[in-house]
Amino acid sequence: MKYLSEYRDPELVQEYLKEIHRITTKSWTLMEICGGQTHSLVKNGILDMLPDKITMVHGPGCPVCVTSVSVIDEAVWLAQQPNVIFTSFGDMLRVPGSKKSLLEAKAEGADVRILYSPIEALQIAKENPGKEVVFFAVGFETTAPANALSVVQADKMGIKNYSILASHVLVPPAMEAILSDEENKIDGFLAAGHVCTIMGIDEYYPIAKKYKTPIVITGFEPVDLLQGILMTVQQLEKGEYKVENQYARTVFEEGNRLAKETIHEVFAVNDRIWRGIGSIPQSGYEVNERYKDYNARVKFNIDIALAEENKDCISGDIMKGLKKPFQCPNFGKKCKPEHPLGAPMVSSEGACAAYYHYSSTNIEIPA
Amino acid sequence: MCLAIPGKIVSITSTSEDQIFRNGKVSFGGIVKEINLSMVPEATIGDYVLVHVGVAISHIDEEEAHKTFEYLHQMGETNELNT
Repeated sequence: MKYLSEYRDPELVQEYLKEIHRITTKSWTLMEICGGQTHSLVKNGILDMLPDKITMVHGPGCPVCVTSVSVIDEAVWLAQQPNVIFTSFGDMLRVPGSKKSLLEAKAEGADVRILYSPIEALQIAKENPGKEVVFFAVGFETTAPANALSVVQADKMGIKNYSILASHVLVPPAMEAILSDEENKIDGFLAAGHVCTIMGIDEYYPIAKKYKTPIVITGFEPVDLLQGILMTVQQLEKGEYKVENQYARTVFEEGNRLAKETIHEVFAVNDRIWRGIGSIPQSGYEVNERYKDYNARVKFNIDIALAEENKDCISGDIMKGLKKPFQCPNFGKKCKPEHPLGAPMVSSEGACAAYYHYSSTNIEIPA
Repeated sequence: MCLAIPGKIVSITSTSEDQIFRNGKVSFGGIVKEINLSMVPEATIGDYVLVHVGVAISHIDEEEAHKTFEYLHQMGETNELNT
């Protein structure tokens, strides 16, 4: 507890807050990219402590939330194939597809298993040589090395009954898509700490320069977030737009070289449909030609029509920062964590679920 | 989902010469899990690493590890280790 008191040090929090209040003279809109940051901002009540002039909008950095309905349909289809053991991180099970979720498929008899790590899926494949084991490889750059590693290991171990359904998404192209949107109001970004632990910083310099937008790579704890917000506002008030690194204790300029090599060994960059946002060019990873035997889409010859997203869900506007969850007419009524209309209500990192569980602003501001 | 949890390497358990299979037991405040260490080649027994979905992604210092773990634990963010 010694350390905790330091991190949650009310004095340090107060100091940053006081400084943010002192230097803020104009209205600024900041977006935190990462769902983990959204969760921490809302859960720790930071949104209520910031000056009224500072608006935090919650970006598309929750893989659960941005995985398109069509990819969920692919996952459900795979899970329903005879002889398939479908494995996934737990968060993905309740995400609604066009007809059903993985959880509903499981209830109907599909063999769907929740894993902590893709490496565990390899063990299941080894123990079940007569079955096909598929891992649902979702995530941002942070998760891509582990998912890629499972494929490299399978290849080296000669495990043929393993494949992945890749639905990886990348942060920098999403930031560009948000900044190029005509309705965009974002003045500055808190970039995602652990994504940069893997990838490093250099992808962000051209974005900051092109869109004249400060980008501060930020951690997840309250003090990190407040310091990141302060650094961003300092730049904005001075008219600067640099890339700065608040999370230097874990994020290095070049990232993790070995992790990046593993990603590039297995994946190729491709266009990806983001739930609620649409297709963003060169914004995802797919298994490359060299490892195509481990690509579930190729192995199972998946051919599923693109599905429409649920029109009652405004997740696109939420994730682009154009609307807040409580501005959705279905928020907390037709759409709740127990029966989500869209993905941001599923994961605790989704803006809607975070507001539903933790925020006091749910009912105060009319839609 | 990009949450990464710090833990201490308590043993190296690799049985292969190939670096991509470099594994170790990592303790997260007492919960011990088998973790891949191939991406932090310099980290060894007694060192602290930041772990994401079963793979260590960064070598961190001890004090940092304690602070972060305590915070995450207090906030109920370490439950995924029980999956």
